[in-house]
Amino acid sequence: MSRDKIDYDILRQLSRDARQSASQLGRKLNLSQPATWRRIKRLREDGVLAGRQLVLDAEKLGFDVTVFLGIKLATKGRVSLEDFERAVTAIPEVQTVEHVLGLYDYRLRVVARDLADFERVLRRRIMTLPGVGDVEANVLLSEERRPGPLG
Amino acid sequence: MLDADDKALLRSLQDDPALTAPELAALTHLTAAQVTRRVERLSEAGILMGQTALINWAALGYTVQVSLRITLDKTIARAFDDFLIAARLVPEVLEIQTFLGRVDVRLSLVAKDLAHYQTVYRNQVLNLPHIADIEALMTVSTVKSDRRLPL
Repeated sequence: MSRDKIDYDILRQLSRDARQSASQLGRKLNLSQPATWRRIKRLREDGVLAGRQLVLDAEKLGFDVTVFLGIKLATKGRVSLEDFERAVTAIPEVQTVEHVLGLYDYRLRVVARDLADFERVLRRRIMTLPGVGDVEANVLLSEERRPGPLG
Repeated sequence: MLDADDKALLRSLQDDPALTAPELAALTHLTAAQVTRRVERLSEAGILMGQTALINWAALGYTVQVSLRITLDKTIARAFDDFLIAARLVPEVLEIQTFLGRVDVRLSLVAKDLAHYQTVYRNQVLNLPHIADIEALMTVSTVKSDRRLPL
């Protein structure tokens, strides 16, 4: 499925603000409302537009600490990856889980109210996961999201 | 400060950002007008920062997703600044994060395939200034990605 510049423009606009209607987008991109709507519909049907996400200021909500964890499983094979994945995704403080190839097996993004709260999550929830081995923690200092190939 | 109703609203919106004021009212004991007022107040306070479209990069043709963990040469005073300025110019970069820990900076990037990744890695990433060490984690699968806050 080939995408043209207009598709990329629509995606860039919607990643900035997903609440824009087809007519608002059309006006910005010099496209008719029905044409914009058809393109959005196709991007949805093809799975490129995979829903929306709320953007919240974590610090203002009292989550001052974000930590990325690299986790190596200690007993690969014996404990199934499914068991680990099921348990780790159920932890509310764990925001993202990626299965990766490289130095670690999984990469986790964890939020906590402060470092003491993070220590609690780490000890009670992460270190007790089935099969967990080495854990490396890096505390997030700053973060920016880029439009990537959308330009 | 946030009360229980604000938190309930944010929880519902985290589950489904597309919910309208009447739909949110049906989920809480508030009226649609009260929902609208509260959502406006949360936006004005900068807590609710907006909504972003989730883009499935694989469906868009970017099948390779790599996390690069980078250590910088900290003997150079401007290492962080120089690196970040240059990293923003790499079009395949989706996220730039800085850390306190063993890793200094992480770049999340996408590529169409392994050949494309190799080109980006050799021609752009390795040319970024002040890199002391670099490790790559390749994403096999994304198990959880909702980035929800445990409110």
